[in-house]
Order: sequence, then structure tokens, then C-alpha cells
Amino acid sequence: METHRLLDRDLDILRDRVLLLGGETETALLRAMYALVERDSAAAREVLAGDDEIDQLELEIDRLCIDTIALRQPAARDLRFVISAAKITPILERIADHACNIARAAIELNDEPQLKPYLDLPRMAQHASSMLHAALDSFTSGDTASARAVIERDDEIDEIYNRVFRDLIEMMVNEPHTTARAARLLFVAKHIERIGDYVTDICELTVYMTEAEFIKHSN
Amino acid sequence: MSTSTPIPTVNQTTSHARASVADAPRASSEAMPPKINVANLDFFYGKTQALYDITLDVPPRQVMAFIGPSGCGKSTFLRTLNRMNDTIPGTRAVGRVMIDGQDIYAPGTDVVALRRKVGMVFQKSNPFPKSIFDNVAYGLRINGMSSSKNDLEARVEKALQNAALWTEVKDRLKTSALGLSGGQQQRLCIARALAVEPEVVLMDEPASALDPIATQKIEELIVELKRQYTIVIVTHNMQQAARVSDMTAFFWLGKLVEVTPTEKIFTNPNEKLTEDYITGRFG
Repeated sequence: METHRLLDRDLDILRDRVLLLGGETETALLRAMYALVERDSAAAREVLAGDDEIDQLELEIDRLCIDTIALRQPAARDLRFVISAAKITPILERIADHACNIARAAIELNDEPQLKPYLDLPRMAQHASSMLHAALDSFTSGDTASARAVIERDDEIDEIYNRVFRDLIEMMVNEPHTTARAARLLFVAKHIERIGDYVTDICELTVYMTEAEFIKHSN
Repeated sequence: MSTSTPIPTVNQTTSHARASVADAPRASSEAMPPKINVANLDFFYGKTQALYDITLDVPPRQVMAFIGPSGCGKSTFLRTLNRMNDTIPGTRAVGRVMIDGQDIYAPGTDVVALRRKVGMVFQKSNPFPKSIFDNVAYGLRINGMSSSKNDLEARVEKALQNAALWTEVKDRLKTSALGLSGGQQQRLCIARALAVEPEVVLMDEPASALDPIATQKIEELIVELKRQYTIVIVTHNMQQAARVSDMTAFFWLGKLVEVTPTEKIFTNPNEKLTEDYITGRFG
């Protein structure tokens, strides 16, 4: 007779919930950027309204992790998986918070004339969401090669951020009446840049989960 | 049991074991010679081989836990460390077991002195049907280890204190040991083992028959005792191994698969076989 460990069922549920949270977070980021680029404040408000669900998912995963540790006493790779899930969850929640901040900026910016066509910001956001997607795939499959590859991609976001930063500062200096809007866009850029850093953290946890190696702070 | 996982060869095992011992972060006594040094030990019950080429060092004043499924040889191996298997007819040990650099299987070894130095506590508490005092005093008397009545009393008290039992029994030392609770009886057996001033204490599932509170007391005692003694414990309770031991050795089918610092074996064991066992993936 085939037997299944009770733990496996818990780990499957935990994995599913983390992936659901990851999916919701990715959607929030894409919708917030859509709201900004397409000047759709209704979409921005949807992102804000959806944040409660993300917060509840975070709490649910916290409880699942605690219960699994308390009731199943996972060891070795199982323990590393639960610890990684417990650490990835608040990271995803924070990414969703950044998406909300982008949505709030969009609502304010949409009430005013557009400063200039958005080119670099959507590219940055596209890059960040694609990294997030790949990071969640790596986490699911435990593929450390792809997790490490995602970490490398964060440099591209940093490059675009630096360029956006320079452009916007220059605009504020040369056209002081744009300062309020430019400052908001600067914050949007910063939010996306931070998301890139958080995705890197997720990938580092995937490496820990699979190889039991701490690569965080290794540079 | 069926598993597709190959058994690591003994050479892999010992190289891992040695590397792990050397890497042990808690091994403050790293530079000190091992208290127990076992090399290439085979053990037989008649024609049946129970242990295969075990090579293992136990550092002084640490707790080493032996884990593994039933029948893997961990209790047999524990009992080779003070020649308790000698009492079973037809058994045979081949290889070397050194304690403090002395081969305990060398001809002319004083087995009584060996067992005084390497005490043992069993799964089921086995107090003599005597008073609490006489249980602890027993070994001291037969070994002629006390110079006077006062000295005997002092040694009994010290042993009971070391076993964390003194305050519970000091007012009823002359009553029968059989009136104690299971957990107290087990600590009495530990006191009896400690009374003759051993240097190594072997424990074969010492808490498996106890409730959680008595188990906790035994575990706290083990951690306390390692300040003075080298302790080797066989346990089926992996959380217990995790809680009390500095090093954990995993046995399977009579072979030592790996010996690794406890925090490592429970987070990232060297061998897949070990990981499959501690995560319950066997079978």
C-alpha cells in the first residue's frame, strides 16, 4: 500500500498558498503600472481594494508555517522549505505594498496633465514583474540555476532606475513647475527598484531551500 | 523495508564522518583526543553480522546521539563500548574500540573496571528491590569505593544530586526504590551509574518509557551531565536527539551512514539516506 506522509499534504498546501500570493502580488504590480501608464484610476483603486486579500493570505501562510513546524516537526529539506516559505511570504506582501503605493501615485498623477510619455518606468516594471514570475517558478521547482540567473537581472533594473532618476532630477531643476509630478514619478521608480531587490531576496531563499547555502550578504 | 537509495560505501561514510567531526562548530574539545575511538569494528551474533566496519570518534564531554531504524545496530554498537555484549553467548567483535587510548578488547582487560568507567542506563528503569539509598550505594559497596559510613553517605548524596533527584528523595532514602515514579526510578538508575564515578555514560533509550515531564527532566539532566561526562545516547526520538546532542550518528543496516554535528544533520545532512530517514521518507 502506498503511504503518504502527513507532512506532504501540509507542504503542498503551503506551496500552493505561497504561489497564489505570488500570483496576486504580480497581478497587483502589473495592474498598478497599467493604472499609471493608461491613466486608469479605477484600475488603481482595484489594486488598493485587493490588498486586504493579500494581507489575509499572508496571515494564512504564517499560520500554516507555524502549525506545520509545531505539529509536523519538519527536518532537513522540509524544514528549509517551511522556513523559506515563511520568509518569502512577507517579502511578497511588501512587494504588494509597493504596488499599492504605485497605484496611489497613479491616482494622484492621473488628476494632472501627464508630465511626459512613460517609457522607462513601464520597461522597469515589466522587467521587475518578469523577474518576480521567474523567481516564483524557481521557488516552485527548486531550480537554483534559474534563481541565480534572476538575481543577475536585478542590475538591469538598477541601471534603468539610475537613468530615470537623473532624467527626473534634471526635469525638476530645469522646469520647477513639474517638481510635484516628477517627485511622484521618482517615488514610483524607487518602488519598482525596491521590488527588484525583494525578488533577489526570494531567489536567495530558493538557493537556501535547495542547497542549504546562505548566499545573502555573500558579496 | 524497500528503498532505491544505495547504501553509501563505508569509505564514503567514514570520510564524511571525519570531515563532519572536524567541522563541528560546538566541538570546543576539537583539539583534544577523542574519549572513544572506534576503528573498523565488525560485530557478529553467531554467524549473523550486525555491525559493518564502524569507524567513529566520540569527543570528550559531549553528547553523541545514535539514531536509526529498529535493528540498524545502534544499541548493539552502544553495548560494544563497555563490552556489555560479552554477556550474550556466541557474540564476537572484530576491530578496535579504544577508550582514552586503551583497547578495551585487548586480552587481560578488566571488564569490571571498564564498566565502572563506562556506565550504562537502560530503556526500562531497573532499580534493585532495595531502599533508594542502597540502590545508589550498591556499586560503591561492591567496588569498595567508600572509606567510611560518612563517606558513603556523601557519595550517595552527590550521585543523587548529580542525577537531579536529591531534593525529591532526601527525606525518604530508606524507603523502597520501587515506590518511586517511573521518571524518578530512571533518575535513580542514573544516580546509581554516576555513584561509581564513571567517565562515560551510555544511555539506551533512557526516556522512551517516560511521560513528557519526566522526559524533559532526563534531557535537562543529560545536557547538565556533559559538563563532567562523555555521554552516548541511543534514541528513537529524533527530536530528543536534536534537543540534547552535540553530534548525531545515523546507522542503517549495521552501517554508520554519517556522523555530523546535530544542528547540521537536522537541517542539511550529508547523505541522502540520512535525509530520507529524518524526514520520514523511508519505506
